[in-house]
Amino acid sequence: MAKHATPLLDQLESGPWPSFVSDLKQEAASRAKNPNNVEFQVNQDCVEDILGVLELSYKHGRTHWKHGGIVGVFGYGGGVIGRYCDQPEMFPGVAHFHTMRINQPGGKYYTTEFLKKLCDLWEFRGSGVTNMHGSTGDIIFIGTSTPQLEEIFYELTHNFNQDLGGSGSNLRTPSDCVGSSRCEYACYDTQAICYALTQEYQDELHRPAFPYKFKFKFDGCPNCCVASIARSDLSFVGTWKDDIKIDQEAVAGYVGGEFAPNAGAHSGRDWGKFDIQKEVVGLCPTGCMKYEDGKLAINNKECTRCMHCINVMPRALHIGDDRGLSMLAGAKAPILDGAQMGSLLVPFIKAEEPYDEIKEIIEAVWDWWMEEGKNRERLGELIKRQGFQKLLEATNIKPVPQHVQEPRHNPYIFWKEEEVEGGWQRDINEFRKYHQR
Amino acid sequence: MPTVEFGGKSFTVDEDGFIDDYTNWSEEWVQYVKKEEGIDELNEEHKKVVSVLREYYEKNGIAPMVRVLSKVTGFKLKHIYELFPSGPGKGACKMAGLPKPTGCV
Repeated sequence: MAKHATPLLDQLESGPWPSFVSDLKQEAASRAKNPNNVEFQVNQDCVEDILGVLELSYKHGRTHWKHGGIVGVFGYGGGVIGRYCDQPEMFPGVAHFHTMRINQPGGKYYTTEFLKKLCDLWEFRGSGVTNMHGSTGDIIFIGTSTPQLEEIFYELTHNFNQDLGGSGSNLRTPSDCVGSSRCEYACYDTQAICYALTQEYQDELHRPAFPYKFKFKFDGCPNCCVASIARSDLSFVGTWKDDIKIDQEAVAGYVGGEFAPNAGAHSGRDWGKFDIQKEVVGLCPTGCMKYEDGKLAINNKECTRCMHCINVMPRALHIGDDRGLSMLAGAKAPILDGAQMGSLLVPFIKAEEPYDEIKEIIEAVWDWWMEEGKNRERLGELIKRQGFQKLLEATNIKPVPQHVQEPRHNPYIFWKEEEVEGGWQRDINEFRKYHQR
Repeated sequence: MPTVEFGGKSFTVDEDGFIDDYTNWSEEWVQYVKKEEGIDELNEEHKKVVSVLREYYEKNGIAPMVRVLSKVTGFKLKHIYELFPSGPGKGACKMAGLPKPTGCV
């Protein structure tokens, strides 16, 4: 028998999509029965109370979590999101309901052995409820009490060789697309660099030292499967510099109907026979492709590597061999001064271990932002406030046309004094000699 | 809000052990937080961090950014964690009697 009646939540058990309510009820029932005789370290019926407090919120249309919460583990300034229920008497199981962020592996590949161990730990010392995964990438343990935090941390580090993720004004947990592990578009090893930089910047991740949060994300190609361009302050997007590789035989295979366009992604509807002219050549954003006499040609100098043709004909068209990545800076959500996506900072850089060149740029960006950034000012906002040029100066990057979508249309142009002959020190009397008042 | 008794004084605190009112801060509070935050021995450097935080808060009405705290005290962040294992927010600000840090933490 459930502890709280949940008539509103019960409605979310119908329908075809996996119901989080059914799952929570299942976990609640499992904790009540406790077939493995676990000595639960947090309230045994905490999952019942999650359902109860959520039902109350459905009824009121308001949240029932108190403001904020500052908890953590010694040595770190982040990793745990403290949370307390504002109706602790009614729902004692969630009086404390802290969230722990656990740093996930690259590409989120797991073995069942590892996941089972994590689950055993979390069942014992937490609510048994998780988020796989948080938007930033972390494994999220949802709901435990303050005294359990150090216990869980001890267990994770000593027996799982596993660390917490980031929270607060610091480097948040970096994440990546699956990259070359199972994608033929990957222009660099996203998982290798994500792992290397996560390890390199552990201090920055665990001990908030920044004006505000800062995120890295690594996309193997411009398809951006981890959405780095929208969701990371520094976005790494794979690309190549030489020619797209064309397999004319495979092109013929597509034209002849042997291969489905977009690897069959649109097979749910009849779009007619594949028309290479209309679906590839005619859609190329720069119009740099030609299909004549059964041969496909690409003027690679005019190609912006948007991925469209490769996406449509993955068997016939392949990324080039001279590979690297672009770095874009400043993406953020709307607060405070409006949403931003990453702006191109480094058009092309090699992604080769030990990534020294890339680290140099990252650290130059940090040096500038840590010194100049205001309290709770994202990198994107500092770029707006001080100007993109300041970012280029800080990173020692030469301005190139690729840095802008279009040149400025207003004439409010600043010059440096040393660029202007005679400088700024002028004498009005000298001027008056030639111009009467 | 719960109250804690320490050294003959009583303090009203929130769930995270932050004092409810900056003006109720006292030497006993420092001793209480020392115990809570895993600090063995209070030295001059702890006191310096606490007094810098209090001065800054009195003057500006907010806690200083980490960078400012480092600059004014001359302590690198690493050293601040050596002094306050929970860090400048949960450790030092709590001991200084400042309000609980807020935001996306």
